[in-house]
Amino acid sequence: MISKSITKKDHAEKMSGMAKYLADYRYKDMLHAKIVRSQKAHARILNIELPVMKEGYGIVDAFDVPINKIKVIKAEQPVFAEGEVKFIGEAILMIVGPDKELVEQYAADVTITYEELPAVLKLEDSVISCVRYEFEHGAVKELFDKAYRIREEIFTTGYQEQAYIEPQGAIGLYENEKITMIGSLQCPYYVKSAIEYAMEEAPDKVQVIQSTTGGAFGGKEDYPSLLGCFVAAAAKKFKKPVRLLYDRREDMAVTTKRHPARFVYRTALDENNEILAMDIDARLDGGAYEGLSSVVLQRCLLALTGVYKIPAIHVIGQVMETNTVPNGAFRGFGAPQSFFAIEMLMTHLAKEAGVLVLDYKKKYMVKQGDDTLTKGNFRYPVILPEMIAEAEKLSHYSEKAAQYQHQQGRYKKGIGMSVFLHGCGFTGSAEKDHIKSVLKLVKYEDDTVEILASNTDMGQGLKTTFAKIAAQVLSIPVENIRIANPDTDRVPNSGPTVASRSIMVVGKLIERAAEKLRDNYKKGEYQEIIEHYVHSEMIPWDISTFSGDAYPTYSWGVNVVETEVDTLLGQAKLLGVWGIFDVGTAIDETIMKGQMEGGMLQGLGYGSCEKMENAGGAIKQASMTDYIIPTAKDTIPFVTKMMENPYEGGPFGAKGAGELTIIGAAPAYAAAVECAIGKEVTAIPVTQEKILSLL
Amino acid sequence: MEFILNNKKVRYDGDPSRRLLDVLRDDFDMTEQKEGCREGECGACAVLLNKKSINSCITAIGSLEGQEVMTLEGYRETKQYKVLEEAFAKAGAVQCGFCIPGMIMAAESLLSENPNPSEADIREGIAGNLCRCTGYNMIIEGIQMAAKEGKGLW
Repeated sequence: MISKSITKKDHAEKMSGMAKYLADYRYKDMLHAKIVRSQKAHARILNIELPVMKEGYGIVDAFDVPINKIKVIKAEQPVFAEGEVKFIGEAILMIVGPDKELVEQYAADVTITYEELPAVLKLEDSVISCVRYEFEHGAVKELFDKAYRIREEIFTTGYQEQAYIEPQGAIGLYENEKITMIGSLQCPYYVKSAIEYAMEEAPDKVQVIQSTTGGAFGGKEDYPSLLGCFVAAAAKKFKKPVRLLYDRREDMAVTTKRHPARFVYRTALDENNEILAMDIDARLDGGAYEGLSSVVLQRCLLALTGVYKIPAIHVIGQVMETNTVPNGAFRGFGAPQSFFAIEMLMTHLAKEAGVLVLDYKKKYMVKQGDDTLTKGNFRYPVILPEMIAEAEKLSHYSEKAAQYQHQQGRYKKGIGMSVFLHGCGFTGSAEKDHIKSVLKLVKYEDDTVEILASNTDMGQGLKTTFAKIAAQVLSIPVENIRIANPDTDRVPNSGPTVASRSIMVVGKLIERAAEKLRDNYKKGEYQEIIEHYVHSEMIPWDISTFSGDAYPTYSWGVNVVETEVDTLLGQAKLLGVWGIFDVGTAIDETIMKGQMEGGMLQGLGYGSCEKMENAGGAIKQASMTDYIIPTAKDTIPFVTKMMENPYEGGPFGAKGAGELTIIGAAPAYAAAVECAIGKEVTAIPVTQEKILSLL
Repeated sequence: MEFILNNKKVRYDGDPSRRLLDVLRDDFDMTEQKEGCREGECGACAVLLNKKSINSCITAIGSLEGQEVMTLEGYRETKQYKVLEEAFAKAGAVQCGFCIPGMIMAAESLLSENPNPSEADIREGIAGNLCRCTGYNMIIEGIQMAAKEGKGLW
């Protein structure tokens, strides 16, 4: 009964406009900040000339940051560039002062003299990788040697911008020698740790508070650590509240995006078109600094064979350095790129074999008990056959696919299906080794219960789903559960809000804590329960060989997209979108529907209209005018369905859900266009121009 | 200059070229309307101007002499708002919430002109309001539900 929907806990405040987002905070004597950025992709800074500024105005730069590095995985990227800039938009210094317009004027009046250095602007041109993994499972070389034929195919995917509607920003406060950062963010403790590191502050001297967050999608996972260091340094220097708000263009030009990717798949086939082995070269464009790219690449590589059991694989995966804006976290985290590639590859292999695409895919589809591509195990039920049957029933995929084979005339219909999975939670042993989540449950004397966790609600409904888990276990009304935006002075570190882990991992801690409270319930008394993460060991993960269980379990999806292409104009119109998902148990049906609807449209945007390019090192589509995300008129009603498949390791059987929903739409869309026009699609986004060029 | 803000006559004596959004947020402390792009593309800043939804980020305050402006602060006191609030809750139309103040303005603007909108009318009516969370369909359902539940109000 947990899945039955309730009104979201934050509905009234968001609906009425009373919820406070970052730009809605007001402080007395608040200063404004504007960053002066590099205009060169790679250069030495020869001279910086500042304008004459009024009293009360000043700058913040590398000299104000004791350890001038942003701690992400490594501490590599400088907070403020020192001597050298490595991408257009890199922060050099920040102007701070009372009047916003004057601050902006001063920032525009800073003159920087550069000596330009050679710059690498394209993934294809980069020969330097900052991360490299290589692994092999099975006798790949032998199988390639005895192959009847070898097929090589290249797939590419572009940037994707998160395009949360609330731009990024942060406020820094400095009171009683303590730094407080308020921000629109996903991971309060990431930011706290970055500020402590850069500012050389003790843990009790840094506090991070999440403001109501207007969308994030991964974009507010890594980037706010940088914002935190900016405002921390400024607040400490000026001893006043300092607000740094990005405008939309600045946000789109300089914040992290989805990594563009390039895959070379070499497939060894026998005379019956059976796959013997795959040899894959996968490259992500990391941009100028590594950031989270290593873990994005890990997830990308783990998705290279999709939901298919390939007998032997050899993989080289690299993050390539370019002098462009650093790329980072975005819902799906490397997997959407791989799933596009593998789904298109399987489609193309099936066509060459003269076999129906779905039949070909089914032959290789993993089953419960099968090995994963890293010799881990799919130990829980895999219900893909039932999900595909449901997708067939709802969309009539196979019937339409057959019908659309031979079409004449200007308008041609097409239909495509994608089958995909998403590993739930952190890759490998990170939960056990690094995150070590702690969750606190407090029951007050009035018998209301507060959930104290560092996980954030950024729109995905976490306040509601967390509260439902606790309320259900305790058999108390959900109104009696309190949950506020995290403040690191109050909440323990239950880890970041990433990797589709919040419900499955932290929700489980809530469930266990609530069970303990229920079993030892003392009416009218204050009670506190602290719960720690417990790792269930499976096949140990070894990053050096890419072997073992990369994830405790998987969520699954089947998407179908039907389209009609105007072959004269290249326009593709949506005719139908179907999404079938297995997320274990949904903690709230309506919230899950919101994830399915929103995730699929974001995936369709990725596959169709969301084109972002780099021109001379600068992002060309750095505004909502130039970067096209779908509007209400670009979409149609979707048919979505969840299939129950409870997972024992998650609360009430729940698995990860948020990222899964974006993964399958782009490949299903690309396959639908391919079906309609009869030309192979190997790159996304499949824009109108792209369709015309294919025709 | 004077204009009507949430049914009350107000005075503004500053720079007439300033954006209505900035005047509302900074001078009148009405932070309900949000800034998403500052160039009229996203609709997060929408308010009602003479009952029609407009983007306040690209509207100069000086052009509003004697005009009627309504923000969410005023609108949330109406019966129509209550209907929308319930319908949006039921439909699960609100995720991050940042586009919602603008969406409500677009919905009111549409319903006041067309109390029985078709699905296509609704899509047209909110086409100027970007949402990145919901995929729009649950917002559209919310507006459809409100039109039905609030029959006679619009």
